[in-house]
Amino acid sequence: MYAQMVKSENTDSGPEFDAFQARIDAGERIEPKDWMPDGYHKTLIRQISQHAHSEIVGQLPEGNWITRAPTLERKAILLAKVQDEAGHGLYLYCAAETLGVSRDELTEMLLDGRMKYSSIFNYPTLTWADMGAVGWLVDGAAIMNQVPLQRTSYGPYARAMIRICKEESFHQRQGYDIMMKMAQGSIAQKRMAQDALNRYWYPSLMMFGPSDKESVHSTQSMKWRIKINSNDELRQKFVDQTVPQAEYLGLTVPDEKLHFNQETGHYEFSEPDWNEFFEVLNGNGPCNTERLSARNKAWNDGEWVREGMMEHARKKAANEKVAAE
Amino acid sequence: MRDPLFEFLLRQGDNTLILSHRISEWCGHAPVVEEDIALANIALDLLGQTQMWLGLAGEVEGMGRSSDDLAMLRDAWDFRNAILVERPNGHFGQTMMRQFLFDAYHVELLSELVNSSDARIAAIAAKSLKEVEYHVERSATTIIALGDGTQESHARMQAALDNQWTFAGELFETDAGDETLNETGIAPLPSSLRSRFDARAKAILGAATLAIPETSFAHSGGRSGKQHSEHLGHLLTQMQWLQRAYPGATW
Repeated sequence: MYAQMVKSENTDSGPEFDAFQARIDAGERIEPKDWMPDGYHKTLIRQISQHAHSEIVGQLPEGNWITRAPTLERKAILLAKVQDEAGHGLYLYCAAETLGVSRDELTEMLLDGRMKYSSIFNYPTLTWADMGAVGWLVDGAAIMNQVPLQRTSYGPYARAMIRICKEESFHQRQGYDIMMKMAQGSIAQKRMAQDALNRYWYPSLMMFGPSDKESVHSTQSMKWRIKINSNDELRQKFVDQTVPQAEYLGLTVPDEKLHFNQETGHYEFSEPDWNEFFEVLNGNGPCNTERLSARNKAWNDGEWVREGMMEHARKKAANEKVAAE
Repeated sequence: MRDPLFEFLLRQGDNTLILSHRISEWCGHAPVVEEDIALANIALDLLGQTQMWLGLAGEVEGMGRSSDDLAMLRDAWDFRNAILVERPNGHFGQTMMRQFLFDAYHVELLSELVNSSDARIAAIAAKSLKEVEYHVERSATTIIALGDGTQESHARMQAALDNQWTFAGELFETDAGDETLNETGIAPLPSSLRSRFDARAKAILGAATLAIPETSFAHSGGRSGKQHSEHLGHLLTQMQWLQRAYPGATW
């Protein structure tokens, strides 16, 4: 979800591979020192890093409103939320590091475009209601995927997810709370709330990735329990949960075809524009350039700080060594 | 003349409000993720302190203004923060130098305020002091590391110190209102905190291999409200925008 279109590697066969698969099928956790197929290892690095990068880039659209939050309390909540996201990025980079890649290497790959982050963070946050919509819809969609990932086969990833999920549900509630205030507020506030839903609805549906029939990487990942549910299953679950919430707010989901099917017990809804999705993934979303250049700038501007800190640590260690001798 | 107690509370709350705002501008742009998290932490602490100081200021004023009203609906000339805290972030080293100078003052002030004859002030100070002891430890460690780091980091930190030093003096400015509060045991004279501030600054900046500028000049005008810098107006334009654009709305 924060990981979309993660390319899955194929696996070989043989007794080691069969034994590995048997462990996964038995619901065992794979730990860093355990033997694992190359494909599993590579796919996990891609997926966990993409998730981590999403948390880090995801600070930007919300950070965009911290300095304009309407009250001291709202500002404190938003700051705490964005801080949580940086923390999630950190846990996830740590989980990826257990697979033998460093955070710096992964960061370089994000910054030069070799690695991706979720398409959703390439959309702009234009009004305060977007802080509500991001919490309600974007975090809501993220939770759909992250809750099952608490049971994913790779131990460090599963454990990171357990911590992350606790905080995400608070994020979603605060988002919905902002939407509620706006929807019950003045005419202008209601208009902002509706506008935010209009703009964030389809990009949120895209977070689950392309339809199952187009999703070429899912089968192997599901076999390895790196992916637990299919894209369409999760998207349906999200729509079923979210439409009644929108109705409660008195807002209209921007989909004329949306209706409840009594027989299936599910909502039927329009697909998002997948061309737009692929354009965003290819760098042509409304904010791709800004997001990546903001991260590049932060990294480049911070270089002297990181080097200064490292040099001081080296000097200190050398002095302590001399003192000890 | 305004009630010295109200004025004092505004000075506390405005310092923490404006500095918290500046630090929050870093969100997502820090040199490493750990710094993003730490800066957000400090901004959050200061914001919490703001709610307490301005909340009490509103109570003392007795005009029914909440902490939000005071933060969001006053214009620049009614703000009482020192100019130091409204100065733009600059690079990370400049932000940390500004932070250290403020923290080194703040921790001394709060250490005295915990004994205030006003129980409400003593309680706010006690809560804040725990946080600020950590702030000063952290900013001091960072200043030392960067001052003593590479040639480049050293040069940048020396420039940051040269650039900010003359804004620290205002924190210790003392007026008739301060004298009144000191007589009743509510708050210490700001000037009485200076020697302890200087001792800490000398020790930390010395360990950072940085030279304190040889000047006794101090910029002034923020805590009296007489003359803020041009930067404050822009900060308020952003911070107060929603409240100004949609008067009376609840968020």
